[in-house]
Amino acid sequence: MSFDTPDDRKYLESHEWATTDEPIRIGISDFAQDELGDVVFVELPDEGDTISHDEPFGVVESIKAVSDLYAPVSGEIVAVNDALHDQPELVNEDPYGDGWLLEINPSDESEFEELMDADEYEAQIA
Amino acid sequence: MATRRPPLYEVHEDRGAGFTDFGGWEMPVEFDSIRAEHTAVREAAGIFDVSHMGEIRVEGPDAETLMQRLTTNDIASMEPGDAQYACITDEAGIIHDDTMTYRLPEGGYLFVPNAGHDEEAEQRWVDYRDEHGLDAEVTNETTDWAMFAVQGPDAVGLAADAVESVGAPLDEESDDLADLPRFTATEATIAGADCLVARTGYTGEDGVEILCDAGDAEPVWAAFDCQPCGLGSRDTLRMEQGLLLSGQDFHPEENPRTPYEAGVSFTVDLDTEFVGRDALAAQQEAGVDETFIGLTLLDRGVARHGYEITHDGKTVGEVTSGTMSPTLGEPIALGYLPTELAEDGTEVAVVIRGDEKRAAVTTPPFIDK
Repeated sequence: MSFDTPDDRKYLESHEWATTDEPIRIGISDFAQDELGDVVFVELPDEGDTISHDEPFGVVESIKAVSDLYAPVSGEIVAVNDALHDQPELVNEDPYGDGWLLEINPSDESEFEELMDADEYEAQIA
Repeated sequence: MATRRPPLYEVHEDRGAGFTDFGGWEMPVEFDSIRAEHTAVREAAGIFDVSHMGEIRVEGPDAETLMQRLTTNDIASMEPGDAQYACITDEAGIIHDDTMTYRLPEGGYLFVPNAGHDEEAEQRWVDYRDEHGLDAEVTNETTDWAMFAVQGPDAVGLAADAVESVGAPLDEESDDLADLPRFTATEATIAGADCLVARTGYTGEDGVEILCDAGDAEPVWAAFDCQPCGLGSRDTLRMEQGLLLSGQDFHPEENPRTPYEAGVSFTVDLDTEFVGRDALAAQQEAGVDETFIGLTLLDRGVARHGYEITHDGKTVGEVTSGTMSPTLGEPIALGYLPTELAEDGTEVAVVIRGDEKRAAVTTPPFIDK
């Protein structure tokens, strides 16, 4: 089975991604959504909260499991994807697009250097 | 312990199934998506490979006595072809496993312990037989059999189409499998293979469970053109119906429960002699302190096994199973509460990651059938 791994973003080992161009958005990978199965509920922090690199910031629940979400980079949350409240399945259907989780204002650009690029992440999940 | 695999492991792998370890077996958990599989069973039909279930054959002059003593229900009332659900309890009335017993058309009994419980059941039967000098043969045939469940409103029709000929005992009444009464089983031929087909299941839907020789598993499985389903949807379907999962909704060490506490008093016939009878008779007389209940969450969140249930800020119970109900689109859970709180509509809370989420006691099944 092959998974979509776009190269316009960078990845954390725990399967979250962050875009590298504005707006900086965070989400989970195609591989992660497939592993979880049907997403039924996403618990996210609020606008104005801050998240920290490699620290848990929320939870995604699928029918079969609950999984912590880790922040690829630190920053202040400037937008939360409210559509997921009623349509958590967007995470399955479009994990890199409409299924995004948070938009942030990053506080430490150097943290992007610590993330994997698409090729490295593909190697991890292969 | 080495992981056991069902006869069709490779067939499922080629179909793209994901696998999970369950009761020491590597079983398909999901073929397409839990939601799609769940919906297929509620609206049409799905087929599950449940070859991880155990099969123990009990034969001989004292087979009936041995079965009667070690299960809570009335074995003596069974006719050839009957299927009966019961608990296996210890002297204290604690459930060690729940099981379906078939009185075989050709004589003797076949009972079906849960995954990973076959060796313990075999031992329990052999020990009791030897201690009491009973004349019965006990054979663990778990690896000889494949077992499939075809479930859903269209399942019996599909099974009737797949069956080439029916045998005993249904052939005395009808040559149409659709005439098989619920909770009975019959011999039948599917794809040239001898099968035992029972009108039983674990989803709350009508349907059949099929036992066949492990060597015939592939043609029998292929005789059903419907959604293949994994253990993921089997779990969500049984939760919506409020059916117990052995080892999770009760466990002899981690969560010891009697049939009265677990809401399956209908499996207990106190007029029969069985291990645990006296303890259960006393409990029936005294009443139970705690009762198996369903919960519907009123706040957002998903309750899972092991989460605390609180009432007025005090811990009063524990969730044993929980999920987002694919049929209802609401989070549901099963667990135990003090009997005085176990009333429909009582508001309690489930602690999810430190937060109390409101929940209402709801007597299962959660869905109208």
